[in-house]
This record gives sequence, structure tokens and C-alpha cells, in this order.
Amino acid sequence: MSHNGHPHPATFEIRVLRQDAPEEPSYWERHRLDWEPDLNITSCLQRIAAHPETTAGKPVAPVAYECNCLEEVCGSCTMLINGRTRQACSALVDKLLEDNSTEIELRPMSKFPVIRDLLVNRRRLFRALEKVKAWIPVDGYYDLGPGPRQSPEEQQQEYPLSQCMSCGCCLEACPQYTRLEVTHREGETEEALAGRERALYDQGFLGAHAISQVILFNTHPTGRLNADERTDVLMEEGGLQVCGNAQNCVAVCPKNIPLTTSIGRAGRATTLRAIKKWFDR
Amino acid sequence: MARQRVIVVGGGLAGLAATMKLAELGIDVDLMSLTPVKRSHSVCAQGGINSVNDVTRQQGDTEWLHFDDTVYGGDFLQHQPPVKEMTEWGPRIIDLMDRLGVPFNRTPEGFRDQRRFGGTLFKRTAFAGATTGQQLLYSLDEQVRRWEVAGKVTKYEFWDFLAPILDPQGVCRGCVAQDLVTMEIRAFRADAVIVGSGGCGLIYGRSTMSMACTGSAASRCYRAGAKYANGEFIQVHPTAIPGADKLRLMSESARGEGGRVWVPRRPQDPRPPRQIPESERYYFLEERYPKYGNLVPRDIATREIFNVCTREGLSVEAQRLAVYLDLTHIPRQILDIKLGGILEIYEKFQGVDPREVPMKIFPAVHYSMGGLWVDYEKSGSGGLNVGSPRNQQTNIPGLYAIGECDYQYHGANRLGANSLLSCIFSGLVVAPGVANRLESLHGGAAADQPASLYELAREDHQQAHQKLLRRSGGGENPYLLHQELGHVMTKAATVVRYNNELREAYDTVCELQSRVDKCSLSDTGNWTNQNVVFTKSLRDMFPLGRVILKGALQRDECRGAHFKPDFSMPGVEGKEPAERRRLAEAWCDRFEENTRKWLKSTVATHTADGEPALGYEDVDTSLMPPRPRLYGLIGAEVIEEAWKARAANKAAAANGNASGKGSPPAGPAANAGA
Ligand SMILES: Cc1cc2nc3c(=O)[nH]c(=O)nc-3n(C[C@H](O)[C@H](O)[C@H](O)COP(=O)(O)OP(=O)(O)OC[C@H]3O[C@@H](n4cnc5c(N)ncnc54)[C@H](O)[C@@H]3O)c2cc1C
Ligand code: SF4
Ligand code: SF4
Ligand code: FES
Repeated sequence: MSHNGHPHPATFEIRVLRQDAPEEPSYWERHRLDWEPDLNITSCLQRIAAHPETTAGKPVAPVAYECNCLEEVCGSCTMLINGRTRQACSALVDKLLEDNSTEIELRPMSKFPVIRDLLVNRRRLFRALEKVKAWIPVDGYYDLGPGPRQSPEEQQQEYPLSQCMSCGCCLEACPQYTRLEVTHREGETEEALAGRERALYDQGFLGAHAISQVILFNTHPTGRLNADERTDVLMEEGGLQVCGNAQNCVAVCPKNIPLTTSIGRAGRATTLRAIKKWFDR
Repeated sequence: MARQRVIVVGGGLAGLAATMKLAELGIDVDLMSLTPVKRSHSVCAQGGINSVNDVTRQQGDTEWLHFDDTVYGGDFLQHQPPVKEMTEWGPRIIDLMDRLGVPFNRTPEGFRDQRRFGGTLFKRTAFAGATTGQQLLYSLDEQVRRWEVAGKVTKYEFWDFLAPILDPQGVCRGCVAQDLVTMEIRAFRADAVIVGSGGCGLIYGRSTMSMACTGSAASRCYRAGAKYANGEFIQVHPTAIPGADKLRLMSESARGEGGRVWVPRRPQDPRPPRQIPESERYYFLEERYPKYGNLVPRDIATREIFNVCTREGLSVEAQRLAVYLDLTHIPRQILDIKLGGILEIYEKFQGVDPREVPMKIFPAVHYSMGGLWVDYEKSGSGGLNVGSPRNQQTNIPGLYAIGECDYQYHGANRLGANSLLSCIFSGLVVAPGVANRLESLHGGAAADQPASLYELAREDHQQAHQKLLRRSGGGENPYLLHQELGHVMTKAATVVRYNNELREAYDTVCELQSRVDKCSLSDTGNWTNQNVVFTKSLRDMFPLGRVILKGALQRDECRGAHFKPDFSMPGVEGKEPAERRRLAEAWCDRFEENTRKWLKSTVATHTADGEPALGYEDVDTSLMPPRPRLYGLIGAEVIEEAWKARAANKAAAANGNASGKGSPPAGPAANAGA
């Protein structure tokens, strides 16, 4: 069949790696969908939710997944699509079918604990932002006039880094970012679990996204005022030294954030900081 | 006394601004959201945020003119004091966001750059690339994270707000919510609950809004007794990219930066657009509205695009309605700097480069002007008494609403780039009021309420939840019902509205609502069950859908986004000057008559049988008397002349009276005719 002169199959299959809950085994399941114009992976998952049935016709529960903006700007819907880490909402079915015209494969991200199906727990990613103090330490929210004047060049340096949507692609692709998972203990409250989780995360690698945020805030004229605190975090356990400079991160960032440039700048900052600390002893 | 707490529902711009300000005032906050707050819908806002600035000021701009544009654009349907306060805070809010690190675009000298948006003649809009909403949200998210680390804020992300908890006196004492992962239902104690849950676009099926914009939280407050006002005012954005899952917005900034809207003069001209010579292009906005051109206010642009495609049959394509939005005359480099982000969206989702090929766009549901009714306390100077616990409070004491889910700032039509301002403003201004409320509560804190109040509320929702899961096959499919609802709403209650269609749609929606109780769930488990969560939010779309339709049905006039051709007021066509003047006077009489009758907010109250009871509330127009919006009307000049003469007479009469009593001439109102 064809649409606007482009050939397409009448139907195609989605193969999903499902998992009912944490610590449960995972399993593959196939869903057959009719082709339509302008489909992306999120709209496929919506269609599966409306008719949750396997290719063999067995009724199943809808596939759990995350989404919100559908414009690749909120970072919710990251998953592995045909093995590549990316956003479901911007993964166009027609493009995917160019590679393999019969089947599309979906898996949850592998570096984060699965909650259910394609939905994973990415709290570690946000914890890293707390750790590196990714904010401008303003005095308060009363009126104190405008912020510092900045050249357009500075703005154009900060703006790309500030577009990080915490999607986690860079972490999924990073060989040094290994999966950390705490298992739920009998009778434990959610809050207690979150506490143990945080302690574990603090030992793990921060990840490229957080390193890049350090550079963003250390560049800003006000953020710079406590640059040392952020640089120090990069020198702690799980900091910059874990990065093996594999550069996978920058290749997969959907926002084209110059992560390896940030990592390079972070390297120089930690070196300078180490020297200064040595002299200050 | 036990420590007091406040719950904020929603972590968009409004919710985060409120949270951050409350924390600064020393108040503990529980912040609840369907999504991690950093992923809230506000990230979608592309264009920018309005306020007067140093440059426009020297061109004659003032806070007062921003106020005037806002109420004029809103067809005078908003109470004026809160709007006045908001526009006065504008410059300070931009300064604050600037200090928080928002990477606003800069001029060569290092000042914040500004652009022009629809509905004004000044370059009043500050922007950060083409992701202003994202940048604003992130800087608030960062501040809230800072307070989280400091222990003042506790986040409940992936939680669904189910209902406010009211004590026997009807005071809000907390809320019930559900963990979307574990499905645990919990009752939270709070001394104030602030709802900043955003818009309700999903009632229309597909819109420009995000998937969390179901309106469920507002609907749940409404069902608990909170009033919902001006629901029928739904803004349809003139320029969206039609898609299978979502109608993605093409920001107004595309027109702000010089984008031109046109259709081929020959219907469905098969040539590639750039091969169509200028003379064969119909730049219909520029031709019909020479003063504003492509930047006419949204409702007008929407209707014109809609009409050109439907009534005049000039749609670019026959199957899919669309017009061209053309940027190809602007150098690539400039486009990349000023509009990079939004052009990438088009390219990413359509697979075509809008720098080379004109975009195809069509209107889509975009913003809810209506929302939870909220109160305010007027100050002596005509603004707000900041710190009054009444500001942003619903009719339920202790329950507040802010951001897109309140009805306060945009009247019948919102101006571009004014929403980000109203969201941050309402979030900031609610905080001191709530702080004062907490102080005045003394012993009556939520912590001292009996446990049974919370246990009962929780138990109710737990049972309702179990019942939903256990309900054996009624055979209805919630996702298909949602599609049907969206279809009915979009057809009857968007750009052009007719009473017979609205009546029919109302009945259909009631029928669909009765079917929602027969939904069979495809997932009956109790772990991360998105099926049951969606079904609950779908159920809660119906009450608001009915409010929107009934409000629209009863409002027999045209105002802002609400357009009923059967009640429109055509312009003045006569040839003779005297006749024209006479017709213009008649037009003005009719306008005044309509104002007396309809310059009122619709206020809906939920009743036991689900029927919205509608009442009407007078609008405080004490600062700026209503005047007709004449954009593009035939005979606009002569009507304006007649109107100005009337206004001058009235002012003279009023001044005569005033000086007679020896009081000074009215303050700001003296500017009215200017
Ligand atoms: C595509 C697009 C572009 C726009 N561009 C502009 C622009 O350029 N300028 C401008 O001024 N305005 C713009 N707007 C409008 C503006 O973005 C929104 O009005 C504004 O962001 C709304 O912010 P908010 O804080 O009220 O709500 P939102 O950002 O929508 O946040 C709502 C919050 O409530 C939570 N929530 C909702 N329901 C529940 C529930 N049941 N339980 C728990 N939590 C819940 C959500 O998780 C979320 O955190 C645009 C809108 C769209 C759709
Ligand atoms: S450069 Fe560092 S952060 Fe990036 S993928 Fe390699 S190891 Fe990971
Ligand atoms: S740096 Fe890029 S890939 Fe990593 S979280 Fe941010 S946006 Fe995603
Ligand atoms: S849904 Fe927001 S990035 Fe895909």
C-alpha cells in the first residue's frame, strides 16, 4: 500500500518487553497494529491501550508507559526503541518501518529499575541534581532588580545546557553508569525505601547530565559564586573520575547538548580546584 | 501547636512559584503532581512572557497599557483589580526570573531582548530561545529542589489528587490522593490546599495540551462544591500542526518574527507553495486587518483561518484543512536563533524543513480561560490587597486555585504570552495570603482535626476504587469514549457555535457520561494500573464538559473566544455620512444593551443530579469601562467615532458631578478614552 506516494505495510507488529512489577520476570509480547499516517510510538501505545490484545488475540492488560508533552520536551517517554534509547513521542513509525518493515521492538531503559513494563524509576537522575546543587543560590524572591547583564555569547553558551530535560538517554548509553536498584523490604514504607535508595544512589556515578548542569551553573554570573561547592561534588565518590570518556552520552542526547564539552570543562575545573586545595593546605 | 502544612497540587509554573514562595515564608509544603514536576505541561510554552520593560516604556508603554490590552483582549470579562496588580508585577516578575537564571535572549549590549506578540503594538515579550516555558519552569523547579534539600518541601510525584477533604463546616482541611505506582490511597492533612493543575484540553480529545491536562483535579474540586466560572471560554490557537496523537502548537512567535499566513487564490493550487507567485497568494490577514496584519488577536486569526478553509473553500489541501504559515522569506540564520526550537518541532514531527517549505497549519484547542472561581480583595488603589487570604481562594475556605485552572485573568480571550505571567503571578501572590490564613487559624489547624475526618474520606475513595476495579463487564471502552467525547466537544464548542448543535452536544455528552459507568477495565490489578487512573480522569471530564456546553448554550452573544454567528453584530455599511452615523449610534446602543445583559461571568455550581446550575456574576470594570472591540469590523471608524463621542459625554457628565461634590477627578479611569 502507499500514502502520498510512499509505500507502507497494511499492518505491523510491536514487540514489547513487559514486566508486571519490580522483581518479577520479564517476558515478550506481540501486538499487531493497523498502519495509519503520522503514527509515532506513543500513539501506538495509545492504540494498544484502547485494544489490549496480543497478536494471537489474547486479551492482556495495557502496556504501562510514561508520557506527557508529546513534543519531546518533557523527557517522560524515554525507552529503547529498536535497541536505541530515545523518546517514544518523536519516534515516527514510518521512519522505523524503513529499517524493518514488519516489526518494532520496545524495551524499558536498562539502567533504571523497572516499575512496570516500559515505566522505570528515574529518581536517581533527579537525586544527582540535588547533589550538585543545580540551582542559582539567590537571596530570596523579593524584588531586587534584574539579574546580571550577560552578553548574547554567554546566553548562547548557557541556553543549550539549560535545555536538558532529564530524559536519561545519556545515562542509558553510558558504560560507566550501572544500574542500581534497592529491593522492597517486607512492611517497609515508601519513604523508608526512598531513603535507602538515595543512600545507594549517592555512591553511584552522577552521570553526564549532572556534570553538564554543574558547568551551566558555574558559568552563570550568580551561580559562579558557589562554583567551588559544585566542583567539589564532582571530586567525590561517583564524581567525574568515573567517566571513562567513552562519549556515548553526547551521541544520544536528543537535545544535542554538548556533553563532552561540559565534561572537558569539568575536568579542567576539578584539576584547578585540586591544585588550589593543595596550595591552601 | 502542631506544625502547619500546605498542599500544592500541581508543579507547573503556578504550583512551583507558590511552593517556592511559601517555603521562603517558612511554611512546610507537600507538593503533589501526576508527573515529576519538571515534566509538567508548562515546558511546552514556546513563545514568551509579557511585561512592560525599559524600552517599551520610552515608546509610551506603561503597566496601565498592558492592563488595558489584557482587559480589552479579554473583552472585559475579567475583574480588573487582579489584572491591574498582575501587570504591575510584570516587570518585577521578569526581573526575578532573570535572577533565577532563566537564559533570556540578549541584545548585543547584554540586556534582555523582547519581541512582539499578538494583541499589542509594543515589543513586550521576553523570551528564552523558543523554549521560554521550559526555561521558566526549570528555574522554578531548581529553586523548589533547593527547598526540598533544605527539608521545607516534600514532593509526591506520580500522585493523583482525588478530592479536597472538607470538615463539617465546609472548610478545606486536606485532600485525598492516590499513588500512581503502588495505588495506595492516602488522606493528607493540610491547612490550605492550593490547586494549580493547569488546563483541561483533553476534554476535547486532541489539543495542543499535554496528556496530564485532563482537568481532573479542577473537576474534583467542582464536584466537591467549588464553583467553576466561564467554562465556555476555550481558546483555540490559530496555528497548530495537525497530528494523530496531538495537535502540536506552532507558536505565535512564528508570526511575531514575521511569519505570513496565506492561501493560494486558486483553491487547492497543486503547485509547490514557493512556485506560486506573490500575485496569486492571498495574504488574508494582512488584507483584512492592515493595522495588526498577521498579529491580530488569537480569536480573530483563528476564525479567519477557519473560515478561509471551510466557508471560502481555500484550504491548501482538500482532505486535511490547512493554510500556509510562511517563514521562508526570513534568513535561515535569524530563524535558527529566534525560532530554532519550534522549527525543530515541525521538522521532527512532519519531516519537512519549515525554513525551506511553508508550514501547513490549522487551529486547535489551546487554553482554558475559564476555571475554578476565585476571590480577591481589592485595594484602595484599585489593585489587590496583597496578603489577603481571600486572594485566589475558591468559595471553599482553605481551598485555593492558581494558574490556568483559575478563571481570574484572561476574561473571554487570553493574549499571547500573558499566561506564563498570570501563572507565576498567581503562584507568587497566593503565598502571603495563605501565610496570613495559617496565622489566623490559631488552634484550628489541620493537625488538630479528628483522625476520623481523614479516615472516612480515605475509606470512601478506597471503596470507590475497589468498586471500579471489580465492576464486571459493562463492555464500554474508556479510550473510545474519550475519543467520542473529544469529537462532540470539538465539533460543537470551538471556533463557531450554534445553539442547536450545542443542545445536541449536551445531550450526547450526558449520554456518554452515563456510559462511563459501564466501562470494563482491561487491567484490574493494583499495581501501576494506568487503566483505572485514566478511567477516573475520563469520568471527571464529563462534569466540566457539561459546564462548558451549557455555559456556551446559554450565552447568546459573541465575546472573545465565544463566537455565535446568530448573535454577532455586523458592522455598519450605509453610504450617506448621516445614515452611517445613525447606524453607528444604533450599533452602539445595541452594544451597550448587550454589555448590560452579558458582561457577566458564568458561574457553575455542581448539583446532586450532575446538572450544572448556572448563575451570573457582575464583573468589576471600575478601572476601565468596557468598549467595543472593532478589529476588522466594517465601518469600524464611524462606530469608533460615535463611541468616543459617547464616552466623552459620559466622562464630562461624571466629571461635572465629581467636581460638584468637590472630589478630585477619577484616577486611572480618566485615561479611559485614550
Ligand atoms: C503548546 C503550548 C504553548 C504555550 N505557549 C505559551 C506562551 O508562549 N506564553 C504563555 O504565556 N503561555 C503559553 N501557553 C500557556 C501556558 O503554557 C499554560 O497556560 C501554563 O503553562 C499553565 O501552567 P500551570 O502551572 O497552570 O499548569 P501546568 O503547567 O499544566 O501544570 C499542571 C500541574 O498539575 C498537575 N496535575 C494536574 N492534574 C493533577 C491531578 N489530578 N493530581 C495531581 N497533579 C495534577 C500536573 O502534573 C502538573 O504538574 C502555551 C500552552 C501550550 C499548550
Ligand atoms: S563520556 Fe563519560 S559520561 Fe559520557 S558516556 Fe562516556 S563515560 Fe559516560
Ligand atoms: S543531557 Fe541530554 S540525554 Fe542527558 S538527560 Fe539531559 S537531555 Fe537527556
Ligand atoms: S512525552 Fe514528553 S518527551 Fe515524549
